Amino acid sequence: MQGAAGATRAEVELAEAGTQSTGPAPTPGAAPAEAGAPSESRRAKTIDVRDVNLFYGDFHAVEGVTVKIEPNKVTALIGSSGCGKTTFLRSLNRMHELTAGARVEGSIELDGQDIYAKGVDPVQVRRLVGMVFQSPNPFPTMSVHENVAAGLNLNGSRIKKDEKDEIVERSLRGAHLWNEVKDRLDKPGSSLSGGQQQRLCIARAIAVEPEVLLMDEPCSALDPVATLAIEDLIGELKSRFTIAIVTHNMQQAARASDITAFFNLEETGSPGRLVEIDDTDTIFTSPKEKATEDYVSGRFG
Amino acid sequence: MESSAADTRALLTSPPVGGPLWRRKAFNRVMTGLIVAAFAIALIPLFSLLFEVVKRGLPGMSWEFLTGTPRGIVGGGGAAHAIVGTVVITGVTAIISVPIGILAAIYLTEYGGKGRLRRWLTFFVDVMTGIPSIVAGLFAFALFAIFLGPGIRLGLMGAVALSVLMIPIVIRSSEEVLKIVPNHLREASYALGTPKWRTIVKVVLPTAFAGLVTGVMIAVARIVGETAPLLVTTGIVDSINTNPFEGRMQNLAVYAYSEYRTPGVMKQASYDRAWAAALTLIAIVMILNVVARLVYRRYKTEIK
Repeated sequence: MQGAAGATRAEVELAEAGTQSTGPAPTPGAAPAEAGAPSESRRAKTIDVRDVNLFYGDFHAVEGVTVKIEPNKVTALIGSSGCGKTTFLRSLNRMHELTAGARVEGSIELDGQDIYAKGVDPVQVRRLVGMVFQSPNPFPTMSVHENVAAGLNLNGSRIKKDEKDEIVERSLRGAHLWNEVKDRLDKPGSSLSGGQQQRLCIARAIAVEPEVLLMDEPCSALDPVATLAIEDLIGELKSRFTIAIVTHNMQQAARASDITAFFNLEETGSPGRLVEIDDTDTIFTSPKEKATEDYVSGRFG
Repeated sequence: MESSAADTRALLTSPPVGGPLWRRKAFNRVMTGLIVAAFAIALIPLFSLLFEVVKRGLPGMSWEFLTGTPRGIVGGGGAAHAIVGTVVITGVTAIISVPIGILAAIYLTEYGGKGRLRRWLTFFVDVMTGIPSIVAGLFAFALFAIFLGPGIRLGLMGAVALSVLMIPIVIRSSEEVLKIVPNHLREASYALGTPKWRTIVKVVLPTAFAGLVTGVMIAVARIVGETAPLLVTTGIVDSINTNPFEGRMQNLAVYAYSEYRTPGVMKQASYDRAWAAALTLIAIVMILNVVARLVYRRYKTEIK
């Protein structure tokens, strides 16, 4: 399967290009053996964050975050508005630096490989760490089929039409969208409902077989029914990917995640920091920090 | 509570704001009338012009006008050479201006950032949109005179002069259209691991396509009737010339001028032809605008 082979090639390139290739990486030989096999057999990757500080110019947005995003688990990032959760999430796939003046300090390693090392191509990082955004953003000039295949088309992969169709179908099935759109693959991507569009964006993200899937409040623009559908989907996807999801909705964090990280601000203008991270059950029933307890019990935020 | 219901009733039936109701209605009617009248007055020159051009141009319009040339015919002939010339010169102008204009607009929107350089560039482009057309013509004339000696007249020179006028218009309109493409589409593309240039070519440009085409067509309509720069660069000639790299080339604007200025033996016929040339020019501009609208409607992308 071209997708897996391509991603593994990228990993090897990442590892070769970086200066810290200490972590284990699947041997290139493993890729062909997995070609054609469902992605469940591929190891999702760990993201190791150590003392990361994020800046917008001189403004210190997030300070001193050290956290491990576990593979095959859903990690929810919760906290009040403006405390840096989205900024932090965007540093994990090198989208943070797209803002003029934005800066990252500290170490972020994808399966042992520092993604900010010299010589590492941010484009390659983003192929391995996918992202789904808050508002569904299918490409308006493309059909449903073209949207899902966008990750392949836009990267100029030379994939035969049959393989591409197969990848599109597999991704749409994986996103629980196939049955609803299989007769409308040529219709524009924007002709779907909000919940369908978001699932389309998820299909688009998983079509390139990333190691990690980042989701920035993926349900905040959707109605409750669509939200639950996507939460179910996330529960399924975690067997294939590492998932980190930023959410304002505490019930969603409680329902859909295995690990929860609580971010907070001391006061407006101070940098956001990671207050506590633990199993979701623990965070919501017996958190260690008072700030966490105040937040999850609704006393503020 | 009764008291609050009475209060509400009192508020609703109290004297209206700004005096009796009739006075406000009358004021509305007067202002509406004034606005409509102003609009009508603004339209009068347009309709009067169209009416005159059609009235005076139709007599000169004929198959011979559209297909013949003055060559070999004393005091007569047609404007085929001028029509062909306008098409060729405008075509070459577009070939020069569209790539330069759109690429410059891409630079300004996608790579320029928020810095001072970008603000200065936008400022200069704005200044360039106001260059008088004769200045553009003299610029092209001087430029070619340096390389090819004075006295040269070429279709290409006219195209260069018109490009100086057309490029800033294309840049400004393309820039506006590219700015409208929402950033979240670019982010969606980046998040898939797409390099920036590919994002521009495969996502931004297709999304902006309809607006870009419309901007280009309107820029073309703007320069298709420019006379001054072409007078000094492309010259006046009687035969059809389709080669912009060699020799004089007639065009509709200059043709209209020369038929009026130096009419042949049969004055009225020359004047008729001048008007017919003007009518042809207006027809071309109208067709371009209509096509621009059709293209826009067909290809526009609905962006939520």
